[in-house]
Amino acid sequence: MSGEALQAERGVSLWRDAWLRLRRNRLAVAGGVTLILLCVLALLTPWIAPYDYRAQDLALGASPPSAAHWLGTDTLGRDLLTHVLWGGRISLAVGFVATGVALLIGVLYGTIAGYAGGRVDAVMMRLVDILYALPFMIFIILLMVIFGRNLVLLFLAIGAVEWLTMARIVRGQVQTLKQQEFIEAAVSLGLSRWTIIRRHLIPNTLGPVIVYTTLTIPSVMLLEAFLSFLGLGIQPPASSWGLLISYGAETMEEYPWLLIFPGVALSITLFSLNFLGDGLRDALDPRIAKD
Amino acid sequence: MPRFILHRLLQALPVLLVVVTATFFLVRLAPGGPFSDEKAVPAEVQRALEARYRLDQPLASQYLSYLGDLVRGDFGPSFRYPGRSVDEMIFAGLPTTAELGLYALLISLVLGTAAGVVAALRPNSAQDYLPMSAAMIGICLPSFLLGPLLILVFGIWLDWMPVSGWGNVPGDKILPALTLASGYTAYVARLSRGGMLEVLSQDYIRTARAKGLPEWIVVLKHGLRGGLIPVVAFAGPAFAGLLSGSFVVETIFQIPGLGRFYVQAAFNRDYTMIMGTTIFFAVLIVAFNLLADIAAVWLNPRLRHQYRKRAS
Amino acid sequence: MSFRKIHALLVLGLSCALALSACGGGETRVEAGDREQILHWGNGAEPQELDPHIVTGVPEHHIIIALLEGLVLKDPATLEIIPGVAERWEISADGLIYTFHLRADARWSNGDPVTAGDFAWSWRRALTPSLGNLYAYMYFPIRNAEAFATGKIDDFDQVGVEVLDEHTLRVTLNHPTPYFLQLLDHYSMFPVHRATLEKHGDPFQRGSDWTRAGNFVGNGPFVLAEWQLNKVVAVAKNPGYWDAERVRLNGIRYYPVENVSTEERMFRAGQLHVTGSIPPDKIAVYRKESPELLRTEPYLGNYFYRFNLDVPQLADPRVRRALAMSIDREQIVEHVTQGGQIPAYAFTPPDTLGYTAPPAFAHDPEAARALLAEAGYPGGQGFPPTELLYNTSEGHRKLAVAIQQMWKRELGIEITLNNQDWKVYLDSVNNGNYQIARAGWIGDYVDPNSFLDMWVTDGGNNRTGWSDPRYDQLVLECAPRAPDRERRYRCFQEAEALLMEAMPIIPVYFATRNYLTRPSVRGMPPNLLGYPLFKQIHLQAAD
Repeated sequence: MSGEALQAERGVSLWRDAWLRLRRNRLAVAGGVTLILLCVLALLTPWIAPYDYRAQDLALGASPPSAAHWLGTDTLGRDLLTHVLWGGRISLAVGFVATGVALLIGVLYGTIAGYAGGRVDAVMMRLVDILYALPFMIFIILLMVIFGRNLVLLFLAIGAVEWLTMARIVRGQVQTLKQQEFIEAAVSLGLSRWTIIRRHLIPNTLGPVIVYTTLTIPSVMLLEAFLSFLGLGIQPPASSWGLLISYGAETMEEYPWLLIFPGVALSITLFSLNFLGDGLRDALDPRIAKD
Repeated sequence: MPRFILHRLLQALPVLLVVVTATFFLVRLAPGGPFSDEKAVPAEVQRALEARYRLDQPLASQYLSYLGDLVRGDFGPSFRYPGRSVDEMIFAGLPTTAELGLYALLISLVLGTAAGVVAALRPNSAQDYLPMSAAMIGICLPSFLLGPLLILVFGIWLDWMPVSGWGNVPGDKILPALTLASGYTAYVARLSRGGMLEVLSQDYIRTARAKGLPEWIVVLKHGLRGGLIPVVAFAGPAFAGLLSGSFVVETIFQIPGLGRFYVQAAFNRDYTMIMGTTIFFAVLIVAFNLLADIAAVWLNPRLRHQYRKRAS
Repeated sequence: MSFRKIHALLVLGLSCALALSACGGGETRVEAGDREQILHWGNGAEPQELDPHIVTGVPEHHIIIALLEGLVLKDPATLEIIPGVAERWEISADGLIYTFHLRADARWSNGDPVTAGDFAWSWRRALTPSLGNLYAYMYFPIRNAEAFATGKIDDFDQVGVEVLDEHTLRVTLNHPTPYFLQLLDHYSMFPVHRATLEKHGDPFQRGSDWTRAGNFVGNGPFVLAEWQLNKVVAVAKNPGYWDAERVRLNGIRYYPVENVSTEERMFRAGQLHVTGSIPPDKIAVYRKESPELLRTEPYLGNYFYRFNLDVPQLADPRVRRALAMSIDREQIVEHVTQGGQIPAYAFTPPDTLGYTAPPAFAHDPEAARALLAEAGYPGGQGFPPTELLYNTSEGHRKLAVAIQQMWKRELGIEITLNNQDWKVYLDSVNNGNYQIARAGWIGDYVDPNSFLDMWVTDGGNNRTGWSDPRYDQLVLECAPRAPDRERRYRCFQEAEALLMEAMPIIPVYFATRNYLTRPSVRGMPPNLLGYPLFKQIHLQAAD
């Protein structure tokens, strides 16, 4: 049996083992279930939201939670629960898609740079330096002017910024891994570069990548609020958790519920993500698998 | 190693040149000029101002004369603050920003690493969940939220801390430093926990343990080295960001630092100021990413060997 | 309690032990200021400059009026003109020639006398095109000032400014201009000290450092003591000022606090005597809990939406009128802006120097629907997608969301909102790259002309594409040539009726200023311009 086939065999059982281990981790399961629930809520929002998200009651204004408005209303008398639900659609989409973009670019870029080393690495990483240094706001303003407002663009803009650190982290890991025996063994077995990258390097960088990803999702959600301020993101009366939180922060003394509920929604997402992320990391750890 | 550093410093020049060039043309593409105002600007005033700041010349010659000034260390006059030069404004804000950034950096490194290591020693126990939950709260509380919250609690309700200012009265540096540090601390904690977990399961750690070394030596000497690699990769750009100032924290606490310029210059289309702050930030990025890479080499003996090999 | 909080408490406890004085107790900055007659002023933003012929903003205004003084001043209670550097003046019977007699004891802060020649030179500088003075138009009532400022003539002697002797200045106008004396108290007409400017570079170019602390030579009640970038501008009493006896403050410290929430917290913690504004959501709280700290005053400004008349569906005046009539302004001022604003049914704020335009329309959704149907969009059917543009700000957003919903509910029209950052917004509006856009206008001086001359054909601030020759004639010829106030105001009223009939803009409300002051601040009466006369202000803590 060739090394390739052996690897493939083992790959399958690796994933099955990982899945079994993940299922035994109760916190991770809870996190995953919560996330799925949140996504389902987001998908069902148009049917389950108690009010039209545009409906206002100016005379009512900001009111604390009540039977009619479970989470209270905002300063324009709009139902907060409705806005948290609709906002979740935007925020979850931004969080996952933009982070996904960042993940894809960052991991590939970092792995290639780290594995190739030498001149390729130098050029690739200096390009990252350049992208870090360019003025982000001008970049956003230009994007907005050239392409107009557009949700897809928003995802890409955020993803295009967030991948940089991801790439640096992955590259750092790969540089370390590259020196280790099992990679050297794989090289001497005659595996192709691409196979080594795919089979050995990327799986072994997953730990820090998962951690950084779970951290990126909430910061992406907040970044979306900033971009919306600049006019690139979503427009009122639509909402997102990031926007709700930044408006809520302005009135945290007068109307604390406007901050607390969107904040809780974001926190629940973040905690679930982290539990799931940690569980995944443990489950996928190839060294644990060897035991 | 010295050769590696020299190489990187040489690479910095083209990086800076690309940044300068790209920014120079990008800002001029952005709609809205530096002099537009709510009140209509008469044509003759617009012409006079453009002549004053050489904006009436062809773009190429503007670019070349800007590069010429830059080589002489002259960032030019601010368009927004006509009586001031960009150099002057950057140097006026720098000490404050550097001090604030340094505090935040120290807090986040020390506290974040400690929390990460403690958590990694007993994964999935209370010792892990407690600091990691705190870290997650730190991420959920962005500085625009944490800052006002700390001010309300400690500045207004308890009346223990000044609500604003920097270096005016004792104690007014504490809240801004904590606010700025919180997010970074959380990142460092999470990343170092992840890194430590990765390392602690590796063979050489097992070997060290098997040799009967005390656990704390294993953790601090062998574990920390590898465990910090993801932190270091994150820290380069993050700390460059810290030292270029934080718009939010400086605005909330009324601190005369650089971060406000960085954002306001873009809003005001203050071309020279955008260039100045961008170049300053680019230098920090290059420097800190270099430092981070040096740190990574130092943390990883095998890499050290590799660089030595390449240099010879 | 989380790990983070425990840590925070530890650090706090430690630092409290180290610096007991800072933590709790002790005298606040405001209390110390009351004792020492130092006014702590929330000034909004870092001043761009302190050169009166370059700057354009309110923060700069507040500092410059402490440092420099024009020919006249305004009584802050009535806004009537009172003597400044000129102790008296005569106006010729035809209203064209003003002769100012400067007081002999007016001095620059370096001891030099303030002369008529200083004014003539300063005005020449202010009008010189190379300086790029955005407020040069304040001089345009003066004969040939516009020609000089636009470079049509080079010889300042042809401009209607004449030095008769060291203390007498004669100014000749194009037309009788009832508000001319008011303009003299605008900082763009303040004098500057020639020798100082010449010492610090080219006086006719930007980029001089004559306005720095240590260099600045002024003639106002205060002198510049300190200017720390983004931190504070401090001025101290000027003992050589001609009216120094009546100046009771020993100094003013201006803080460039941009964030209104930060400013409010600083005020609450006793760091500021006066704020520039207040977060709108805090108004109700203060009104209820500490009304003595909150000030709500009418302001010479308005808030309106501009139409781009090149947009087909907005070219029909019936559509514009329908949009205007379906906005419930009472609801808006009461529940959205919440700052005591006045619903606007005309463009010029009421009682602008005795001028009030009658309401040109009313809130009438029924009639609005009828008009819209007449225009071909019954129940909003077939109304093309239309966009409302505003510059990024919480206040504009809230208002736009409320009005968007009113239009949807009353007219069945779907409007999308679009916010842009300030400079992009300006660019869009200036280039006619918008459909409906939020706008506001603050009068430069108290006269209907400051609100109405912007709507003349191709006026720089018109930006709607609206044009009516009759309107131009009324504002540019009828009013300036009117022999008395009554007939002048009749011209304006007719003009404003035309404007409101065509409705290239929708007035929403007339502005108010909402801000906070400590009770110890005395001598700062409310006025339409938000104009403080610092030499009359003093601090007196309640006993």
